[in-house]
Amino acid sequence: MNIECPLPMETLATDSEEMVRLGHGSGGELTERLLQNFVFPYIDNRWIQQGHDSATLPLDGSRLVFTTDSFVVSPLFFPGGNIGTLAVYGTVNDLAMSGARPKYLSCGLILEEGLPLKQLARIMQSMGRAAAEVGVQLVTGDTKVVEKGKGDGVYINTSGIGVLAAPQPIHPRQIAASDAIILSGDIGRHGMAVMAAREGLDFENPLHSDCAPLCDPVMALLAAAIDVHCLRDLTRGGLATALVELAESSHMQMQVHEDQIPVTECVQGACELLGLDPMYVANEGRFLLFVPANQQQAALEILQAFDVSAGSRVIGEVIGLVDDAGTADVILSNALGSERLLCRLPGEQLPRIC
Amino acid sequence: MQYLTEYRERASVEKISAEIQRITTRPWALMEVCGGQTHAIAKYGLQQLLPPEIELLHGPGCPVCVTSLAIIDQAIAIAARPEVIFCSFGDMLRVPGSHSDLLSVKAAGGDVRTVYSPMDALALAQVHPDRQVVFFAIGFETTAPANAMAVFQAQRKGLGNFSLLVSQFLVPPAIETICADGDTRVQGFLAAGHVCAITGFEAYQPLAQRIRRPIVVTGFEPLDILEGVLMCVRQLEQGTCDVQNQYARAVPREGNRPAREMLQRVFEISPQHWRGVGEIAGSGLRLRPQYSAFDANQRFPRVTTGRDDSRGCISGQIMQGRSKPDDCPHFGKACRPQSPLGAPMVSSEGPCAAYYRYASRYASRYANRKPARSQYEKQELPNEH
Amino acid sequence: MCLGIPGLVEEILNGAPLERSARVRFGGIRKEINLAYVPSANVGDYVIVHVGFAISVVNEQEARRIFRYLEELGDLQDLESNREASPWKPV
Repeated sequence: MNIECPLPMETLATDSEEMVRLGHGSGGELTERLLQNFVFPYIDNRWIQQGHDSATLPLDGSRLVFTTDSFVVSPLFFPGGNIGTLAVYGTVNDLAMSGARPKYLSCGLILEEGLPLKQLARIMQSMGRAAAEVGVQLVTGDTKVVEKGKGDGVYINTSGIGVLAAPQPIHPRQIAASDAIILSGDIGRHGMAVMAAREGLDFENPLHSDCAPLCDPVMALLAAAIDVHCLRDLTRGGLATALVELAESSHMQMQVHEDQIPVTECVQGACELLGLDPMYVANEGRFLLFVPANQQQAALEILQAFDVSAGSRVIGEVIGLVDDAGTADVILSNALGSERLLCRLPGEQLPRIC
Repeated sequence: MQYLTEYRERASVEKISAEIQRITTRPWALMEVCGGQTHAIAKYGLQQLLPPEIELLHGPGCPVCVTSLAIIDQAIAIAARPEVIFCSFGDMLRVPGSHSDLLSVKAAGGDVRTVYSPMDALALAQVHPDRQVVFFAIGFETTAPANAMAVFQAQRKGLGNFSLLVSQFLVPPAIETICADGDTRVQGFLAAGHVCAITGFEAYQPLAQRIRRPIVVTGFEPLDILEGVLMCVRQLEQGTCDVQNQYARAVPREGNRPAREMLQRVFEISPQHWRGVGEIAGSGLRLRPQYSAFDANQRFPRVTTGRDDSRGCISGQIMQGRSKPDDCPHFGKACRPQSPLGAPMVSSEGPCAAYYRYASRYASRYANRKPARSQYEKQELPNEH
Repeated sequence: MCLGIPGLVEEILNGAPLERSARVRFGGIRKEINLAYVPSANVGDYVIVHVGFAISVVNEQEARRIFRYLEELGDLQDLESNREASPWKPV
């Protein structure tokens, strides 16, 4: 019998490094490598070095926080929201995760020739409503149209300005040993809702996206003088990717407990059927909070008073600075009493069927 | 979820685990045949719940891993045709062929769609009479009846625009081939429960006698896999080589007769090339001549393909139980899920990808480590989930 | 290979042989599943589903077997634990 390797590997590995692939946008390891190798080497200042979702800028003595985010989602409309609601909430959430109160947004529209204007109106109506709900103003914008076939209907970019409400900018570097790790609710709803709609999986019970603004609970934590060490909204790549990123940027080892991580029956059923792991499924209305263990109870009480974070609970703790090996670990202990290490979502998440 | 979550409970798992420890007197190497089992073993850290004497080897039961380069190249060529809607299960899209993969075809504008079932592809063919709908019919005995039904219904409905690109594998010849190799370390098998739900396990009786190793038909949840290990180890300790059925709630002795009849109506046995292993006689399925009109290989021109290449990937050794994924010098370095050197790193059921995702480069370090009870656990937080 | 999960048959949607189908519940979602290969399956049964097809009907009695065995094992291990400290080696 011939024992030969199946694949022409080296060439492929090189090819995949030579052009952008869909996985480069999945928010996981490929995205990280794209930024490290092709973006950061050419742009270097102390703000971008912080490697955060937003930058805190010392302008005229006030502390402005500035962020930007682009939204490409297919389908444009999904149960629980659309690209417009995502574009407002996503940027607002980035500001909130830095401890900033969102104030102003810009809106860049890239429209594809052929988009029904009715759809555009629905999207803009959602944006207007979402902005009013959060209390931000859409103050400037831009519109471009690309030829048919060169866009997915609509792409939206929003940039946001907020004012720092925390005593200092919130950053993963403040994560400390023995911090409690709090998760604001059940995971995986947005990713499964979009996947079900996109792949034409006809689930009879529609899964609703969790997309929602997160500023109210965050502002309440700050107003109550909770010593917020770090905040991170869970987006592409899911809970696992967010934890790994935070562990790496803080050089801390963390442990989380699978049986403390809530997953609804809908998401669990869909994930079982498609062979997906909810730990890696995208969210748009959930976040992680790191606080000193002695403040976890106070923080939970504040979070649980808001609908959007009513399901908050402690899911684990920061063990301490990472040891000799120098690579940060996130250990997931499962309900069986065994452990596994989490990693970033490697590429795109594909249903596992066979 | 009933019949699922109760097989993941710690108290039950600990009891089986303790029993395995109690009866194990010396080292044993078992192979779980199915990729779904490999996935569960890695995900739930089941190796940590076994005594150090028990080693689990990961078998060839991942259709994504064993589908040959020639068929993947053919799939890529067909998918790139403008008249084609190419339908596939999700995890085939990332498998590299000689020069490309299906995701790249999609990125370049090919109409490549992920479907949940071959019947979804059939439905697409009905909705798009002006397009050619091709379904990538990969799988083992479990998937074959579903693929057979799609072809049967396509013929009944007179659909001229539907075809299958078939890459079907059969389990027993692979088990026999692994054992025919004098070097193999496998001493007992956990057979694939869902394959046996179709085929039954009567054919496994003479096989177990021929290969002189116990075979335990095993399910996919942690409790199932550990009980399968327990039954297999008990046989090894007692020196027997029988077929036992751990997964009797889903697998009757005779399997699923209507499914097998449809499978035999549409498919016939053929030789098959297993990527990384080679050709195994009688280990594949192809469409019978009366269904050849639905064979994508007949409908579209054949492409010539690159040679299976062995620059580094040790998939063959892994799938035959000679090596573990983290024995490979490229594991986690040159070879990762986002830039795989070999198919086992592509499918999430592939042993390498399962190791990477669930144990990463610490696989060896964690393999036999008993978990520490953290301080956090002692607080006895309510377990509502 | 062969991801298969159990679901509860809630309603038969199509009774024609070879096209038999049902609404099947998996946790919090439902999906139409082909029952052509499990002609005996009926409302209230659990079926194992793979790529949209039910491939077997869950045998409840067999499903309970392992839990009876675990009870026996538990009794046995309790007995032994009176002699040793614990059969579950300390971690």
